[in-house]
Amino acid sequence: MASMEKRLQKELQALLRDPPLGVTVDSDKTSRSLSEWTVDLEGAPGTLYQGEKFQLAFKFGPRYPFESPQVIFTGSNIPVHPHVYSNGHICLSILTDDWSPALSVQSVCLSIVSMLSSCKEKKRPPDNSIYVKTCSKNPKNTKWWYHDDTV
Amino acid sequence: MDSEEDMLYDEESDHGSSDNEDDDFVDMGIESEQGSASQETTIDDFSYEVLSPELIVQHMVDCIKEVNTVVQLPATTTRILLSHFRWDKEKLMERYYDGDQDQLFSEAHVVSPGRKMSASFKPSSSSRKNTRSAAAAAASAENIECEICTLTYPQGMMTGLECGHRFCTACWTEYLTTKIIDEGMGQTISCAAHGCDILVDDATVMSLVKDSKVRLKYQHLITNSFVECNRQLRWCPAPDCGRAVKVNYPDARPVTCQCGHTFCFSCGETWHDPVKCKWLRRWIKKCDDDSETSNWIAANTKECPKCHVTIEKDGGCNHMVCKNQSCKADFCWVCLGPWEPHGTSWYNCNRFDEDEAKKARDSQEKSRSALQRYLFYCNRYMNHMQSLKFEHKLYSMVRQKMEEMQQHNMSWIEVQFLKKAVDILCLCRQTLMFTYVFAFYLKRNNQSIIFEDNQKDLENATEQLSEYLERDITSDIIVDVKQKVQDKTRYCESRCKVLLDHVHEGYEKDLWEYQDEKY
Repeated sequence: MASMEKRLQKELQALLRDPPLGVTVDSDKTSRSLSEWTVDLEGAPGTLYQGEKFQLAFKFGPRYPFESPQVIFTGSNIPVHPHVYSNGHICLSILTDDWSPALSVQSVCLSIVSMLSSCKEKKRPPDNSIYVKTCSKNPKNTKWWYHDDTV
Repeated sequence: MDSEEDMLYDEESDHGSSDNEDDDFVDMGIESEQGSASQETTIDDFSYEVLSPELIVQHMVDCIKEVNTVVQLPATTTRILLSHFRWDKEKLMERYYDGDQDQLFSEAHVVSPGRKMSASFKPSSSSRKNTRSAAAAAASAENIECEICTLTYPQGMMTGLECGHRFCTACWTEYLTTKIIDEGMGQTISCAAHGCDILVDDATVMSLVKDSKVRLKYQHLITNSFVECNRQLRWCPAPDCGRAVKVNYPDARPVTCQCGHTFCFSCGETWHDPVKCKWLRRWIKKCDDDSETSNWIAANTKECPKCHVTIEKDGGCNHMVCKNQSCKADFCWVCLGPWEPHGTSWYNCNRFDEDEAKKARDSQEKSRSALQRYLFYCNRYMNHMQSLKFEHKLYSMVRQKMEEMQQHNMSWIEVQFLKKAVDILCLCRQTLMFTYVFAFYLKRNNQSIIFEDNQKDLENATEQLSEYLERDITSDIIVDVKQKVQDKTRYCESRCKVLLDHVHEGYEKDLWEYQDEKY
């Protein structure tokens, strides 16, 4: 899968060279394998998550970018947010149904930052406990319903 | 990318018949209509014909052409519009000429032909990505970077739809292949750009995808959505049949496919007179459910209130959107009512009232006595089903006997009564089987007592006929048996008709009352 590696390599270089505000690729962990990345996020100033640090784990399958990457929050601090489950799974349409190969790691990170930023009240999804108990390890196996575009 | 003709099927169509090397569907027209046996059967004004896989495609092409002679759009656009209207030509025409055309095109996810000219220059999208590629384009007039693989190509190697989003052909091919093979999408693949909902037409897919396996799958997906979405078509449910039945209007009628399978056009089950589709569906589900898994199914699944497909909810909120291509109903998981009135309360249904909860508890208490009742009907239903299977063995036995008799002094025509007897026997068995489903949901009244008498009478006669055929037929004094069998056959046939006529009359005059919904 040469095309995948080439594109990931380019994405990585671009992110390291010119990272968007609040997004940092953990180059130590990432350089070991191109198919698994760790990205540090910082809550945007002036939002409920200001000053908080989060970590995202990206996994790329062999068909990336034609199939979406698997993206979850990882580490000790999982944001408390109506679309983020306590196991790190994120309910975000571009990660499954609305994924397009024209999207990238950077656009995913920015979407997640903006999802956090527009949050008005820190709380877990209402079905958090049952979901976390019963879900698959891979969030892409979950059939998500998306209808709340406001948060 | 506006190829005029039917790119989708002009090559290597492997729809079943390998003996038909004439691959051009457009030319096949008149010949095939006679060549491959399509039959037309009429009962009063209801008629149907059986379509082979080739004829299904031909029919689809004809539909598109018919609409196109009026609307004068590219065939590919017409196909998308027709698909959007579930192949209802009249509806499409009505909307096309009466409504806002731009809105129509945007609902169907195609670029309005009127806007094509301006759109193909440059998309006015404010996407960050687009400005990037625009900048790249400006930097080198000929070479453009593909946003997917991030490689730079001369303009000629980039392609796209009317929406103006362009990617290199290799990425397009890969993208379409992923959608077709991994996600099983056909008619509903949209442009590869993020947030662009313009649909990829079939000509584009066929020009970009060269792998014959992928092309074939795509053709199957397209044909399948054509048949499934079309109210006048239904696949023959027999395994590996691949034919479809086309009717002049959809109705619960028996249709017989060329493969010999007779089924109900409305629900696709084996023809089930006298019981109605809705009760049979409920019955089959009930029979399937009464096992270890039934509790799990009851606790974790519900049926889509519109198309009745069984749905498992695995987390998330109560707003359900049926994934069945031809349904897409929006409803609430809790009350199964339409979603509309729920608005934005995703996690709780305020339409679920106490009364209904109480009703659910009461019905559970009654379920023990209901179970006894169910077992009574189920045993009889299953018994006839089992016997029906045995009767099919009877055919070979009877055939043998008929040959034997012809070697003695009987003519071919004289021994046909035996085959006729088995035919009637099977018909009666099948009818009886479904009478128990009908009776299970029936509430007791004067008419239901008459029905049960008819049922009993038919059942007795059927058992007698069965006995004659199974035992007495082996005796040597066949002439004696012949009269007995013929009489009984005629009696069964007439009793069966009496029973069915009575039920049909009941339907017409609204004489039947049904059990409560709890079953």
